[in-house]
Amino acid sequence: MGESITFWVLAVVSVVAALGLVFSRRAVYSALMLGVVMLSLAVLYAVQDAPFLAAVQIIVYTGAVMMLFLFVLMLVGVDSSDSLVETIKGQRFWAIVAGLAFAALLAFGIGNAFVAAPKGLTAATQGGNVPSLAQLIFTRHVFAFEVTSALLITAALGAMVLAHRERTAPKATQRDLSRQRFVTFGRTGKNPAPLPGPGTYARHNAIDMPALLPDGGVSPLSVNRYIARHEAEEGTLPPEIARVLEQDDLERRSNGHSTPTLAEDARSGPDTEPLIEDEDDEAAPHDQPDEAVTAGRIAPRPRSEEDGK
Amino acid sequence: MTTHYLVLSALLFAIGGVGVLVRRNAIVVFMCVELMLNACNLAFVTFARQNGNLDGQVIAFFVMIVAAAEVVIGLAIIVTIFRTRRSASVDDASLLKY
Repeated sequence: MGESITFWVLAVVSVVAALGLVFSRRAVYSALMLGVVMLSLAVLYAVQDAPFLAAVQIIVYTGAVMMLFLFVLMLVGVDSSDSLVETIKGQRFWAIVAGLAFAALLAFGIGNAFVAAPKGLTAATQGGNVPSLAQLIFTRHVFAFEVTSALLITAALGAMVLAHRERTAPKATQRDLSRQRFVTFGRTGKNPAPLPGPGTYARHNAIDMPALLPDGGVSPLSVNRYIARHEAEEGTLPPEIARVLEQDDLERRSNGHSTPTLAEDARSGPDTEPLIEDEDDEAAPHDQPDEAVTAGRIAPRPRSEEDGK
Repeated sequence: MTTHYLVLSALLFAIGGVGVLVRRNAIVVFMCVELMLNACNLAFVTFARQNGNLDGQVIAFFVMIVAAAEVVIGLAIIVTIFRTRRSASVDDASLLKY
């Protein structure tokens, strides 16, 4: 009685989870559903006089194999969703038909092969389940057992060989990076130096102040254009900064540059520059021809707000 | 009761087979293969109890070992393919076809 209750609960759970594994769109959900199926199968093993296999199922499958699956999912990208294009016409429909037919064949063919009550394992496991299993494994199946050790070693070596990636270029040192910055500077005019830090005033936190040039004026390099535009719309932009930005825009326009766009601002940030690339590849994403002149001038930076409020 | 276990095993095996046929993501296909292996294990354990013979459980144990090794190699292959092709879809790796 207790066994049939366990069976029916776990059968429903495992079949539903298996269907979820097949039909859920996201791979992570599939992995979790597979974990549910494995856990319920472990309980079913335990119910069927196989406590050792139940423990191994939990340790090996839900422990090791599921972790491996999740690791690879994270490596490959959780967002990698399925393509829904059918490359073979009607494949999905016929696959489901074949699956149903196969399930019916198995269930009606083999499922009814036994009508007698199960013999049970009490006679076969006199000294307990694990010692009896060990006796079988180390006597009759000892050759297969030794071969599996070779298999496991081969698998570990194979995984190392397959997943190993030889570094084809030496790791970039600081010297290489610096050289790369100056090469970029020579080819595109992008400023090789760090961007100017925000200025400091005695009464203010430094981060919301613009950097000051040697003559005391505001450095437009240190002003974030997004925030400046937002504040200009709200009317809270300090007039001095507004004037400097306007002048800077005029200068850039006179150099043949259009008004700064959002995409351009985002692209010319200091962090988006590819650090070490092949020199020919480096300029490839810079599709605007006049960026060479002005790339060094635009720089997103937390912009200041003086006591203009 | 044996019949119930065998039918459940057949259902899980068929669901896994449909998943292998239907899904495109190589990792999910792999999970479906694992589901099929698990269904086979359930059948082995059921047969062991039905016949009063521990050999079925030994075989299930070996199936688990082979499945673990297979997962290790398969996932390493998937990672390698993903690294070169930037895709884990089984449709993209069709170079041997031509």
